[in-house]
Amino acid sequence: MIEQTVLSRELLLGFYRQMVLIRRFEDKAAEMYTLGKIGGFLHLYNGEEAVAVGAISVLRPEDHIFTHYRDHGHALARGMDPRRVMAELFGKTTGVSRGRGGSMHMADPALRFWGGYAIVGGHIPLACGMALAIQYRGADEVVLCIFGDGATNIGEFHEGLNLAALWKLPVIFLCENNFYGMGTHVRRAASTPEIYRRAEVYGIRSEQVDGMDLLAVREVMSRAMDYVRAGHGPYFIEALTYRFRGHSMADPELYRSREEVEEWRRQRDPITRFSGYIIQNGYATAEELAAIEQEVEAEVEEAVRFADESPEPPLESVTEYVYVNPGPARRVAHA
Amino acid sequence: MPELTFREALRQALREEMLRDERVFLMGEDIGAYGGSYAVTRGLLEEFGEKRVKDTPIAEAAIVGLATGAAMGGLKPVAELMTINFSLLAADQIINHLAKIYYMFGGQFTAPAVIRTAAGWGQLGATHSQFLEVIYSHVPGLKVVMPSTPYDAKGLLKAAIRDPDPVLFIEHTLLYGIRGEVPDEEYLVPIGLADVKRPGRDVTIVAYARMVHVAMNAARELEAEGVDCEIVDLRTLRPLDIETVVESVKKTNHVVIVEEDWKSFGVGAEVAARIAEQAFDYLDAPVVRVGMLEVPMPYNRNLERHVVPDEADVLAAVRSVVGSRV
Ligand SMILES: Cc1ncc(C[n+]2csc(CCOP(=O)(O)OP(=O)(O)O)c2C)c(N)n1
Ligand SMILES: [Mg+2]
Repeated sequence: MIEQTVLSRELLLGFYRQMVLIRRFEDKAAEMYTLGKIGGFLHLYNGEEAVAVGAISVLRPEDHIFTHYRDHGHALARGMDPRRVMAELFGKTTGVSRGRGGSMHMADPALRFWGGYAIVGGHIPLACGMALAIQYRGADEVVLCIFGDGATNIGEFHEGLNLAALWKLPVIFLCENNFYGMGTHVRRAASTPEIYRRAEVYGIRSEQVDGMDLLAVREVMSRAMDYVRAGHGPYFIEALTYRFRGHSMADPELYRSREEVEEWRRQRDPITRFSGYIIQNGYATAEELAAIEQEVEAEVEEAVRFADESPEPPLESVTEYVYVNPGPARRVAHA
Repeated sequence: MPELTFREALRQALREEMLRDERVFLMGEDIGAYGGSYAVTRGLLEEFGEKRVKDTPIAEAAIVGLATGAAMGGLKPVAELMTINFSLLAADQIINHLAKIYYMFGGQFTAPAVIRTAAGWGQLGATHSQFLEVIYSHVPGLKVVMPSTPYDAKGLLKAAIRDPDPVLFIEHTLLYGIRGEVPDEEYLVPIGLADVKRPGRDVTIVAYARMVHVAMNAARELEAEGVDCEIVDLRTLRPLDIETVVESVKKTNHVVIVEEDWKSFGVGAEVAARIAEQAFDYLDAPVVRVGMLEVPMPYNRNLERHVVPDEADVLAAVRSVVGSRV
């Protein structure tokens, strides 16, 4: 790896910590779901940690993120407080979106994390709009727009890519190709299953990367950042990855074999791979990594405690946040 | 006071707001080099340049989506959808995104974009002659405005651009050419307030957009028959100013609602329901609705005229209602 010499031990252990945090957080969320503490849809990120941590670690504080509904990993990688992410899953007032969003709609404008979106591909034009605002202001900022392989078959993806390329907008498109959109394999959904090639027809520079290799993701992402910040327009990254769990908690996983999943888990787990790299290169010992895992374990426990003890939103608050300005005073008085 | 066309009044509103606020910019299909499909934006590209007046590809979802994202990024986009019929291709962006940004993330940020669009008819066939304002008026989080006069059009568009919430601004294509007084001084018309366009004692006619003019004509004729009509122009459909309607009904005790749209599940249905809830005891006769025949719009000129409500329909409705006057 090119970065080997430049990356400090501190940085590497930070990445390791974030990946482990996401993994433990998701496992705990699954547990809380089965206990009935979390309702509705719950899409977990297990197996894809290297994509979020690798890509987001390259962003600067002033850069922006738009992502899809499988968003816990991205939120945590951006530095959202795990307690407040868990509280959002619990639907509590202390949740990042005050319990109005849930699993699919984490957001924090202070982190320039403009939210997880649940209509497949729907946020792609929004990300382009944010990039347009950056270009309009003449600011030196970049938008990272994250979506799945399934999103690349939808109209909004194509409308967004065309305009981003046409107007040279500062946006990096990051496709998490985990080979399935729910139960439909990418080969059964996309006429060109090498997703990165789809960007080429719009004249967008694009490449494919092993999304299970954190350092490889960082390398491509750094290249993309340089390119976009130099004013060349958008960049497209296809990260090949795999989700270790079902699409959501309701998925009986009829469409893939246990062997397939087991093989990915055993041979391609991004955390195992990264810990191997750290230990082999002498950045840390197995004991030191185990200590980090314990710290993370405690942090996730604390997140659950915080979420559990947080108050429910008052029922009368349900009509807040529909309008900033609900209307002329006389209407409000009569509402 | 100077007289302007509806179209000119809209153009003035855009121009004044663009001069006033650097963050205001326009985007849409053929709004620049072509001059605007209804010429509302004519001349603005020449005056403000490509940064402020952006021609887009034919990509409705992207137009609304980029406007939404840009509004989240601190700009004040005024996006144009060529006609409301094409808004259906952006319905996901309008309803699932634009309308939800503020609520879904717990009030942390908002997307105060203005979406301008045109609705009308004139032998354009079934897909180009629809009024879909009801779809959007159904959705919490959106504001929906549909003005009837040049004065209101200008004041409401300026208010929409300064509004902190997303606004869908619908312009009736058959009104673009009408003239009306528009003062030189700056003014705004508040969103969410209906306007009594004609005071009267005997019957309340609730209308909006072009139907206000049809109702005004009917009222003049009815005056000769000794029937004094009060005309309430809704101006904004969401949030709906039902108070002004109810106040009027309490005075006249008779209501006719006129809409240039299919009546089923429509604006008239909503207004009638609220009158029933809030002023039932004041009604001396059943509420009557006037609307379009429930067919896709035919091309044939005579058939089309037959579908759209006109003055004769309003006259008949009012006569039937006041016929039961005690
Ligand atoms: C427009 C739309 N159609 C269908 C769905 C239902 N749906 C939710 S997630 C999903 C699969 C998306 O797959 P992909 O984009 O590959 O993301 P992944 O879940 O693999 O991360 C589908 C079909 C939706 N949310 N939005
Ligand atoms: Mg997928």
